[in-house]
Amino acid sequence: MSKALDWIKRHMLLAVTALILLFLVAPNLVMLLFSFNQPPNKYNYIWNKFSTNAWQHPCASSDMCSSIKLSVVIAVIATIGATVLGTMVAFAMMRHRFKARSALNVLLFLPMAAPEVTMGMTLVTFFYNTIGSGSLGFWTIVIAHIMFSLSYVVVTVKARLAGMDPTLEKAAADLYATPLQTFRRVTLPLVMPGILAAALLSFALSIDDYIITVLTAGNEVTFPMYVYASFQHSVPAQIDVIGSVMLLVTLAGIVFAQVPQIIRTRRA
Amino acid sequence: MTNLDAGGDLRLVGLTKRFGAFTAVDNLDLTIPQGSFFALLGASGCGKTTTLRMVSGLEDPTAGRIYLGDADVTDTKPYKRPVNTVFQNYALFPHLDIFENVAFGLRRRGVKDVKKAVEDILALVELGHLAKRKPTQLSGGQQQRVAVARALINQPQVLLLDEPLGALDLKLRRQMQIELKRIQTEVGLTFVHVTHDQEEAMTMADTIAVMNAGGIEQMGSPEELYENPATTFVANFLGQSNLVAGSISGKDGDTVTVEAHGSRIALPAARSRVESGAAIIGVRPEKVHLVHGGQDAPAGHNVFTGGVVTDASFIGVSTQYLVKMPWGEELAVFEQNAGQEIFRPGSEVSLHWDPSQTFGLDGSQDIEAGAEIDDEAAA
Amino acid sequence: MTAATEQLAPSAPAVEENRAKRNLLPYFLLAPGVLWLVIFFLIPIITAVSASVQTGSLDEGFSLTWRWANYSDMFSTYNAEIVHSMIYSVACTVLCLALGYPLAYFIAFRGGRWKNLLMALVIAPAFTSFLIRTIAWETILSDHGWVTRVLVDTKATNVMVDLGLITNNHQLLNTPFSVVFGMVYNFLPFTVLPLYTSLEKIDPRLHEAGADLYGSGYKTWRYVTWPLSLPGVIAGTLLTFIPAVGDYINAYMLGSPNTQVIGQVIENEALRDQFGYPTASAMGVVLTAGTLLVVMLYVRKAGTEDLL
Repeated sequence: MSKALDWIKRHMLLAVTALILLFLVAPNLVMLLFSFNQPPNKYNYIWNKFSTNAWQHPCASSDMCSSIKLSVVIAVIATIGATVLGTMVAFAMMRHRFKARSALNVLLFLPMAAPEVTMGMTLVTFFYNTIGSGSLGFWTIVIAHIMFSLSYVVVTVKARLAGMDPTLEKAAADLYATPLQTFRRVTLPLVMPGILAAALLSFALSIDDYIITVLTAGNEVTFPMYVYASFQHSVPAQIDVIGSVMLLVTLAGIVFAQVPQIIRTRRA
Repeated sequence: MTNLDAGGDLRLVGLTKRFGAFTAVDNLDLTIPQGSFFALLGASGCGKTTTLRMVSGLEDPTAGRIYLGDADVTDTKPYKRPVNTVFQNYALFPHLDIFENVAFGLRRRGVKDVKKAVEDILALVELGHLAKRKPTQLSGGQQQRVAVARALINQPQVLLLDEPLGALDLKLRRQMQIELKRIQTEVGLTFVHVTHDQEEAMTMADTIAVMNAGGIEQMGSPEELYENPATTFVANFLGQSNLVAGSISGKDGDTVTVEAHGSRIALPAARSRVESGAAIIGVRPEKVHLVHGGQDAPAGHNVFTGGVVTDASFIGVSTQYLVKMPWGEELAVFEQNAGQEIFRPGSEVSLHWDPSQTFGLDGSQDIEAGAEIDDEAAA
Repeated sequence: MTAATEQLAPSAPAVEENRAKRNLLPYFLLAPGVLWLVIFFLIPIITAVSASVQTGSLDEGFSLTWRWANYSDMFSTYNAEIVHSMIYSVACTVLCLALGYPLAYFIAFRGGRWKNLLMALVIAPAFTSFLIRTIAWETILSDHGWVTRVLVDTKATNVMVDLGLITNNHQLLNTPFSVVFGMVYNFLPFTVLPLYTSLEKIDPRLHEAGADLYGSGYKTWRYVTWPLSLPGVIAGTLLTFIPAVGDYINAYMLGSPNTQVIGQVIENEALRDQFGYPTASAMGVVLTAGTLLVVMLYVRKAGTEDLL
């Protein structure tokens, strides 16, 4: 009797998991599908007929494409900033001793847990009181993005450093490597996957952010802002095209990240 | 910058390391002769690894100096000291192949052509065919040999080994013990080996220093330490000892007599660390023999009567007895199985041994020191 | 040998000095990042406290009038929105936990070599524009879509109306149901990731020991797995509930004027209302205080090391 129960239990878990995964993936599939739709009206909600029009003319709305360009530029700069700052913090936390560690942990945790609307709201008030309302724009967006990505970079790099045997750096010093050489030849190569993962995460967070961005953007329009603003009056198929491109790029990135791993296991 | 040519003894003078209120190494004075295989033996927490790390430069002493020959290296950074370490977990660089791992030290010192040196050392440890593999693809024993090669290739003045055989299974460990001894003899460098395994220390080392609570209990050859321990700690830590408390009743020429629980025990004056007062006499279990309660022991032997056998374990090579004495203490006797009768538990027996095998220790010491079972050693 | 011992130099002071010099590096590494957060995260929150008791307008500027009434006004005016935010985020967190735990459990213990791929599947959707994905739900849950039709045909929608989840029995969109649905969708990865990290660390041999001791699978889970996964559960709950309270994208896109949440109010007041800054700041302060309170309660219980 318990064997039968076990079978049900075992496969129930599998079934539930499969359903949940389907739930997670469904919108992406819908998005892919509907990018090939010719919308019956201004809203791409109902399947009309197959068309590659949206893929052929992705920038039918020039506003949309300029917002994409802006989002990408901001994401690149914010990623560089957050990754550099965050990696430095992660190294300090994992390889050195210093005071006020608990306070630092809380300070780094709060931006991840705090509601975005609070962070954006308070940041804008701060800008108003310091640099004035007219200065809201490109750089305030970048500043905000670096601010909320920092903690995620720290977490990611820290995790990678934690997995690294601390004796390795001692061994390098024992073998005549100066601290700089140790960093260059041992630490950096081993941490690099974590730094790259952190950069990727930071990029993704930046390019998709709406709430903090809209509050600090002034007159600039990023891609999420464009989608949100135009949502009420039209949802063209091009939106689904852009979404699909983002999805495919992400998937490609994941596949490429796994490839060296697969090759290594095959060879061994 | 690296002073690799000046040879010389390794000297630790007044070496101390404190971590807050805890003293790990307490005013250590030690000279390790050049070219010897030296073992630092002790239980975990005794300070042996901390001492090693200070010699390598990976730990700063709170006080004291370290000399390599005439050079004071106490303030020299680890990457400038002609000292290399074989780490307990090997610490092989996972992102480099074996060749590059071994060549690491040479490259950092600016040596251009490393090929021959690497190939030679890999041949020495018999791993030439694995040069292109990564560390994760090697077995534990192979990784260990790479770690040794990586350190040796730099021909350091001192090679430090931090419990390098701990992670290997018994057979492999035995093999590596012989290997390392052979390499040391061939290469002629000073090896300092830190371990908690007394058998390992005795097998490999020319000189052993037994460490306890940050200091050295006794230093000498394996024979000296085993046959004539200076403290109860050494007597209990190295092998097993029977220790009985008593007091010195007299000294006659080169014999000292000790009164212990009604028996008169004689020992050579040269083997007694105290001349008067409370003393602890000791004798190794394998030196002791049993006779039936009523029978006489051979003339001239030290005798304890009134014992009752509580346990007799047949080990193959020997039978190990536990004998309960009238004063409550249980003494151990190891009789080699050369055909004599085996005493059953419950038998009344007397213990006897040659007086020259006795050693005498200061009676104020803790008779149980060093006797706790070391978790790691038991594994 | 004796010559050497005579050379004993006073070494203690020299060694102590060395140690002091080496300790500045971590502070140099920490400074830029910490300063960034202090200036652009901490200080703004503090200035918001001051802004929340100001009055004025965008044209004339704001001045500190200590108008504490901003707070009480906020609670009375936006009472409905506050209630909505709390209800939706609690529902979202509970559902995310209910769905996320089995998912994380499955991947951690039955995933085998597909572990990384499955986690990638969980996280990857989160990497594409979440606005667009939320829009996709408009399609899936639309009135003519087969999801709605199935639920209508099976009379399930009637039950949902009775429960207050939807307003009429043929529309799933623009209801509390669709808002929470969207929130669960968007926040599920936030719950799953810490859960998975925590579960993955559990030694599978503990399950064997549990099976040995308790026999039943449920008991093993209840007394072995669940307690060990608790840090992950708490982290996941924190990282889901707190952002959910302030979220309004789902309410905006999948909801109706009847499902407004405080996030929308804050954005409105901040961007579109002349006199809105103080009110928006007041709400921001309340939200932040709430967040801090919850985090501090957690830190009290579990310390700060597991936070990151």
